[in-house]
Amino acid sequence: MKNFIFISPILVLACALWGCTQGPPASGESPSAANDAALNVGQSGVQDDVSQQNILQIAAGSKDHSTLVTAVKAAGLVDVLANAGPFTVFAPTNEAFGKLPKETLDGLLKPENKDALSDILEYHVYVGVIKTDQMRDGQKLNQVNLKNVVVNVNEGKITLNAGTNIIASIPASNGIIHVVDGVLLPPEK
Amino acid sequence: MKKIIYLIGGILAVIAILWQCKTKSAATASASDAAEKVYVSPGKHDEFYNFVSGGFNGQMSVYGLPSGRLLKIIPVFSVFPENGYGFSDETRAMLNTSRGWLPWDDEHHMSVSETNGEQDARWIFANANNTPRIARIDLSTFRTVEILEIPNSAGNHCSPFITQNTEYVIAGTRFSIPMGAQQDVAINSYKDNFKGTLSFISVNPESGRLKLAFQILMPGMDFDLSRGGKGPSADWFFFSCYNSERANTLLEVNASQNDKDFIVAVNWKKAEEYMKAGKGVRSKSHYAHNIYDEKKHSASTTWEEDVLTLDPTVLKDFVYLMPCPKSPHGCDVDPTGKFIAASGKLAAVIPVFSFDKMLQAIESKTYDGEYQGIPVLKYEAVLHGEVQKPGLGPLHTEFDANGNAYTSMFVSSEIVKWNVQSLQVLDRVPTYYSIGHLCVPGGDTRKPWGKYVIAYNKITKDRFLPTGPELTQSAQLYDISGDKMKLLLDFPTIGEPHYANAVPAELISKNSVKIYKLEENAHPYVAKGEGQAKVVREGNKVHVYMTAIRSHLTPDNIEGVRMGDEVHFHVTNLEQDWDIPHGFTIRGSTNGETLIMPGETQTISWKPDQVGVTPFYCTDFCSALHQEMQGYIRVSPAGSNIPLKYWTGDEPQVQ
Ligand SMILES: [Cu+2]
Repeated sequence: MKNFIFISPILVLACALWGCTQGPPASGESPSAANDAALNVGQSGVQDDVSQQNILQIAAGSKDHSTLVTAVKAAGLVDVLANAGPFTVFAPTNEAFGKLPKETLDGLLKPENKDALSDILEYHVYVGVIKTDQMRDGQKLNQVNLKNVVVNVNEGKITLNAGTNIIASIPASNGIIHVVDGVLLPPEK
Repeated sequence: MKKIIYLIGGILAVIAILWQCKTKSAATASASDAAEKVYVSPGKHDEFYNFVSGGFNGQMSVYGLPSGRLLKIIPVFSVFPENGYGFSDETRAMLNTSRGWLPWDDEHHMSVSETNGEQDARWIFANANNTPRIARIDLSTFRTVEILEIPNSAGNHCSPFITQNTEYVIAGTRFSIPMGAQQDVAINSYKDNFKGTLSFISVNPESGRLKLAFQILMPGMDFDLSRGGKGPSADWFFFSCYNSERANTLLEVNASQNDKDFIVAVNWKKAEEYMKAGKGVRSKSHYAHNIYDEKKHSASTTWEEDVLTLDPTVLKDFVYLMPCPKSPHGCDVDPTGKFIAASGKLAAVIPVFSFDKMLQAIESKTYDGEYQGIPVLKYEAVLHGEVQKPGLGPLHTEFDANGNAYTSMFVSSEIVKWNVQSLQVLDRVPTYYSIGHLCVPGGDTRKPWGKYVIAYNKITKDRFLPTGPELTQSAQLYDISGDKMKLLLDFPTIGEPHYANAVPAELISKNSVKIYKLEENAHPYVAKGEGQAKVVREGNKVHVYMTAIRSHLTPDNIEGVRMGDEVHFHVTNLEQDWDIPHGFTIRGSTNGETLIMPGETQTISWKPDQVGVTPFYCTDFCSALHQEMQGYIRVSPAGSNIPLKYWTGDEPQVQ
């Protein structure tokens, strides 16, 4: 009995504290932490129909570059190409990708080959803006994957790695796209 | 015996805890409840913009509510090193006045533009308190785009309040001063020579352009605050005034002698009719009108020369005085437009005037004599009633949509909620500490959004981590959605907050400009592409038409500049991409730096002070190659024949 009486103030205290923290649920929005990940998409998700288009948006809007865009997505590089850059991107057309053996391309798009795919795509990206009139014969462009693309200029005609041609150049808000007719393959070490 | 002790102990514990529980819930929401109400998760937007005056810093700051996150500081009457306002050649003219170029003023109040008494949030107006001016800020760019100086005014405190369709912005003088030809008079001739003015500045409904339409000449007193009528009272404006004693020294004592000062009621529609009928007196003056042209990206000053004065002792029946106890400060019209709450800062009550009764008293000439030739209405005849024992030092009142008023109490550091009809006090909460103004979103309009009241406090002492003797001021957010006000959040403010407005985010965010269009850039020294970049010598002036784009400046090498030259770097940001500013500065720059938004041109002028090669660079981390965004200018001795030459990339051969 004595013990029970001794305990009672503690019980009372606990009950009262419990009561104190109970209140009506907050009204209005209370975004839960679970939703936060969905909110933080990355720069590729920015809604902006006023600005000049960035490299990613231009590629995504080009029907000749659907394979490139699929590959960029598979490699997880969409936010990179929406970043401030500036970048020079050599953008192989669907036809250029078609020159690769089909099993090579399909293999690269498999999740387990993401690193290899990234390496190839990063070999197409240079940090900095290089217009064609700034290209010089023998110039080495150290690409994002840290391997060089070699520029050849022969009587005004530019080729990359002695064989890939620039078909067109498109300025973007965050750099420049040079559309190319071949996939550039990084040199073996 | 022991049992009894335990029993008593138990009962005491219950009482103690219940009591604690009660007092806590009365004023402060529980921590988790409050946290949930102010938490805006990463990447989500706030519900309201909160525009907060910076007081003595001359700026306006913008916060999100309910989070209290600082979004922006808008420089208005002070230079601002963050974006070059007042430093760049383009913005310096914004700070021109008839007293010279003023780098720093004091900004107290604002009004968000309205249509039919509801926020339309196209512009926000601000007052310069010291050297009288009114500013207009464009809420699509958050930039100060116009500043009009107010002549015949001294201490522009009673400003800038608006009529319900933003027909006029009002600027009342705090200090009365001698006016006219003879201003060199004895200070103690105040009663004979000093006058005050209430200025009505028209606002062009499309462009927002300001024009001083007329000034009402008032007896010498101090005019403090004002509000436009709304709804039924939309044709009227109400001003508080103190120092009806007309003292010129030790106002602390001498301006508190009379039991009552006044609320001035002005029928501005009637004043406007007098103006349109060509009544009043035109006189010469000289005051600055500064406009920022958003196509030329440049400010310029026009000198205005003309003032129209309306004297209510000559042109009758448009100004009346309502007696108001003890040095009124706030003078706030409720959302129905039927009631005017006046806060006598030394009074023990809050008198609430009835607009209907005021009209009847004017109609029946229920006067209590005249003051300096202006009719005084009988206090009892115009009074709706008094809020009894509201608290100490009532200052300002805002309203919710449910017929309730919220009055700040400086001396007793609290917000008091009362009902406008019944005049009963309904609730009170402490503020920490010494509240000045307060704000309910839309609480000064016909359509209050309610939900919160925000207190703006003058003193914080121990509320935040100490930062030496100079401490932050603060805002405090209270939930007013229930019967009881609940404190949710403290947040520090920039400068000293006086008045503030809060606007639903959607009203503003949908109009927010992302970039300036390069093709619309009409700056006289624009270069709309690298092909237009050049350097031009005109005598000893060298104009550099420079471009900035990720990640180089064009030109980035310049030679042929000589000692004695003035070099003007006009830098155009060629980007047309949201949130990609560039910056610019050069070693030894005496006017700092500038920041250039996409599509804009801004200028830094520089006078070389030594022979040699001086670097310049982009000051904004714009890109991965930001550190590469740099260049050099070569300065040769005066008289040197080094040819003017400039390039980026291949060096040109000089012909
Ligand atoms: Cu830059």
